[in-house]
Amino acid sequence: MANFIKAEKFKSILRDGMSIHVGGFLTNGSPELLIDLVVESGVKDLTIICNDGGYEGNGVGKMVDSNQVKKLIASHIGTNPNVGKLMNENKLEVELVPQGTLVERIRAYGAGLGGILTPTGVNTIVAEGKKVIEIKDKEYLLEEALGADIALIGGAIADNFGNLKYIQTMRNFNPMMATAAKIVVVEPIKIIEEIDPENVVTPHPFVDYILVGDYDE
Amino acid sequence: MMNDKQVIASRIALELKDGDLVNLGIGIPTLVANYVPENKKVVFQSENGIIGLGPDKGEDNYIVNAGGIKASIVQGGAFIDTATSFTFIRGGHIDITVLGALEVDQEGSIASWIIPGKLVPGMGGAMDLVTGAKKVIIAMRHTNKGREKILKKCRLPLTAYNQANLIVTEMAVMEVKKDGLHLLEVNPIYTIEDVVKATEADLIIGDVKEMRGINNEN
Repeated sequence: MANFIKAEKFKSILRDGMSIHVGGFLTNGSPELLIDLVVESGVKDLTIICNDGGYEGNGVGKMVDSNQVKKLIASHIGTNPNVGKLMNENKLEVELVPQGTLVERIRAYGAGLGGILTPTGVNTIVAEGKKVIEIKDKEYLLEEALGADIALIGGAIADNFGNLKYIQTMRNFNPMMATAAKIVVVEPIKIIEEIDPENVVTPHPFVDYILVGDYDE
Repeated sequence: MMNDKQVIASRIALELKDGDLVNLGIGIPTLVANYVPENKKVVFQSENGIIGLGPDKGEDNYIVNAGGIKASIVQGGAFIDTATSFTFIRGGHIDITVLGALEVDQEGSIASWIIPGKLVPGMGGAMDLVTGAKKVIIAMRHTNKGREKILKKCRLPLTAYNQANLIVTEMAVMEVKKDGLHLLEVNPIYTIEDVVKATEADLIIGDVKEMRGINNEN
């Protein structure tokens, strides 16, 4: 069962050099308060894994703005000019991954797989340095599983047991990231008594901590 | 009279069939939805996690489209996670994907996600979409400020090799086949020669028709 924690406890588990999955798609379903707390904590040299670079002053963009990010693994960075600028100045390493490959690498890690085989990226620069494996006359890239030290999950309704369901399009990467990190922390939109077991998307054994208090319901 | 973007979107709408599951990219492709007649039942998929994407109706909700812009969901729709979304996309369950490009070539290769050293937005879901969709339609202006975009061979890094099926511009409709790039239709405000002049790729010119589904009247 999940532990309900306050901001200070969350900050105490953060360390320099951590890798962090951050849920959300262009900040829709992204855990904004947990991101603020990462910024407040001042930890640095982070590897951030997120669909995109967010916006300047929004989403993972806030950690990029405060120069806490060493490496960003994302499918798209076009909405945050600061990411491109820091990348060109060699102050931020960026690994661009096709969106479907990114989510499947994360899912694979959570499922205990070493990687996946995908046709996406064959014959492009995405294939550079990767093994090409032929199965039934079709070429696939071997893409390695992608886990993290912590996953920060947003867009969810939690229940008293720590089960989660997600609101509308805020689901996106969140359910996969919640399976693929050593520590999973949720910033729920709200907490209810009990989610109907048929509607649980992320069952509570995946969830370690749920942030409560100190922010608007 | 329709502007260039409207011509492209309106022509592409004719390609969408009753019952199709369709993913529209950002920009001109998004406009295609405006030209689908109401009696044609097309379902739009949005890669961030919607089956049954609808336009923003000013509702108070948490629904966005793949451009991060407020949207809605239609009756019978579903919210899905990103892994399921790309199961649709990569797994061949999307009938048509419409997206823009920086360059396309006569072999159907597409370049759309990076201009090295200049612009690096990333590929987002585009690489998976063009790899997995049953039919790939490229929606773009024929040239970029006079510079050719439809080439013998893409010069920019590829989004995918040999995946485009149809190219629709304000000037013409072209189909990629095994033997090359066929010129199918030309917008009547242009001549075949105009199109050839604006195209670096070798065009196979047979029975060229007038571009359908567009309105050049005032």
